[in-house]
Amino acid sequence: MSNLKKITSNQLFIPLMALILLAVINLINDPGFFKVTLGTNNAGYPVLSGYLITILDYGSELGILAIGMTLVTAASGGQDISVGATIAIAGSAMLRVLCGGNSRPETIQAPIIVAFLVACVVGMLCGAFNGALVALFKIQPMIATLILFTAGRSIAAWINNNELPIVPDPKFSYFGGFIPGIPIPTTVFIVAICIAIIALVLKFTNLGLYTQAVGINESSSRLNGINPTLIKFISFVILGLCVAVAALIKVSRLSTINYSVIAKDIEMDAILAVALGGNSLSGGKFNMWSSILGAYVIQFLTTTLYKFNVQSDALAAYKAVVVILLVVFSAPTVRDYMAQLFKKVPFMRKEAA
Amino acid sequence: MADKKKVSIFNKMNDTSLLLTITIVIFVLMYLGAILFQGGGFTKPQMFFNILNANAALIITATGMSIVMISGGIDISVGGVVALVSMSCAVYLDMKGGSILGSVLLALAIGVAFGLVQGFLVAYLDIQPFIVSLAGMFFARGMTTIVNTAPFNVADPEFMALKDTRINVPFLGSVNKKGIYVPAYVEIGVIVALIIMVILFIVLRWTKLGRSFYAVGGNKQSALMMGINVKRTKFLSHLICSTLAGIGGYVYFLHVGSGSASHAMGMEMNAIASSIIGGTMLTGGVGNIIGTLFGVLSLSTIQNIVASAGLDEAWWTGITIAAMLCIFLLIQSVVMAQKNKVLKS
Repeated sequence: MSNLKKITSNQLFIPLMALILLAVINLINDPGFFKVTLGTNNAGYPVLSGYLITILDYGSELGILAIGMTLVTAASGGQDISVGATIAIAGSAMLRVLCGGNSRPETIQAPIIVAFLVACVVGMLCGAFNGALVALFKIQPMIATLILFTAGRSIAAWINNNELPIVPDPKFSYFGGFIPGIPIPTTVFIVAICIAIIALVLKFTNLGLYTQAVGINESSSRLNGINPTLIKFISFVILGLCVAVAALIKVSRLSTINYSVIAKDIEMDAILAVALGGNSLSGGKFNMWSSILGAYVIQFLTTTLYKFNVQSDALAAYKAVVVILLVVFSAPTVRDYMAQLFKKVPFMRKEAA
Repeated sequence: MADKKKVSIFNKMNDTSLLLTITIVIFVLMYLGAILFQGGGFTKPQMFFNILNANAALIITATGMSIVMISGGIDISVGGVVALVSMSCAVYLDMKGGSILGSVLLALAIGVAFGLVQGFLVAYLDIQPFIVSLAGMFFARGMTTIVNTAPFNVADPEFMALKDTRINVPFLGSVNKKGIYVPAYVEIGVIVALIIMVILFIVLRWTKLGRSFYAVGGNKQSALMMGINVKRTKFLSHLICSTLAGIGGYVYFLHVGSGSASHAMGMEMNAIASSIIGGTMLTGGVGNIIGTLFGVLSLSTIQNIVASAGLDEAWWTGITIAAMLCIFLLIQSVVMAQKNKVLKS
């Protein structure tokens, strides 16, 4: 019993169970779901394909956003709902630099790395704006980020004069697709790099500890010499950086941008990933790996729903049911009730004894 | 001496009326500015009534939003509920040949159903209102496309007659270019919105339930100690908000006369923004229905100013609303910090 309890109380338990459940459903529905084949793409290079690869590939933006969102959630006890809109801003800035204000350039006007760095700065500025409102002016995160949520896509359109530039260089599409000769999607490597960086940061700096301290009790962390304003601000800036990386992938997939559609509703998925990872949405302790796993579980769910021929617009309704079930079962009130219920069952009591 | 006087004014005004005054002053200044510098449409009273006509649904949903926010919660599912109501009513009227009364009941039923479920989850299971209503929004938007994917107009004659009903406002008409007197009018939705506002104003101001919304939002612990049923109050605030979203959805449907999955996109954000501009504090316990009305009016006036100033590219609307929201949030933050400082010293 104590072993069982140890397993179920682990934070990774919920996302792992969800993952296994989804895997079993898919296995019953279509045994070929897990088949990964090595084929060739249009350009004649070898690529891996299969549903699992699709999930790994398309879940990467969400995985990267989950990193930043977990930190923001833990530090401020609120969520950033502007990530979709800031992806549009960062992506638009990237295209503006790459195409130089010309919507159909012959060649790219600046190196890709410069465009990416500009996008990083823009993303961090958006994060800093949100962070300043939250940390300095003490506005609730959800509402402070509402400002960029409303304005973001408009600003993105304004940066490029509402034109939709197309990047002419095929190299740019490597980031969201495949590098010739390597059969694994590039996005997988990008996520791996991001995870490695955040793992090192959490291991060798006090960021994780300070973030949790601020999230659990702001005034006592201040009395212990931590600057809560700075920690909250930094968490938003880090999310801004994650947004820029996600924007690179998103824009690179199409080599262009659609301001009103790009990364739509991704903020909801990112928040969902954090919640699914068993992290408290009101701040405090967090488990980064659980959030990232949660992001891939959500992508798994999306792919599964598509496989059951659910329309992309109707997807939201099914996700909503999953969210409700999830939060109901993880609610403390329900857990207490269930625990009491289990106590009444005789064989459980015997095992416990 | 001057300082002393300042303190007394601050003390006399409670949080609610202080923020309300700021909002009303800014709205009046903005409208006067529009009349002075842009003239044209703004000088005619009908312009004002058109703003009301187009925003009756927003007024209703924002009123519900204010109540939830006053009691310390938030509901972002209202836009989805509005879309679901208009689509369901459109399908019911057009394809199933339903009656007007039936469609009104359908709208109410959808609103109440959302309110019951969300209220139960928030109040009795202690789940964060943001997450619950996020799921509610997902569900409503998804259901809208499941009910019917393609947008379409309703052709039912009875409904069209109701939709085109105009209620003339006396004395405020204007003479058009041909010299014919055109009376100013409002649509039925505006009347509904005004009735709801009056009822809720009375409820919030003078009933036990209304005061308990403020008490729960202000401080849950002390509300509990005063013997207020906190859970029931929270439950009722969500129930009222979703029911109003249902009514607002019908008013919206009455204004546009069509069902579409993309209806009322971002309406929840406009409703929240209106409430904030109207002086409702996000932390709960402070707010006023009259302020919310002025919030909606300010929001749509600025949209109209932007449109008539020739900046009609779609992005300007988003940017101006966001800028305005930002300014009001900062005012709230600074005013409250200042007031706390004055009270403490």
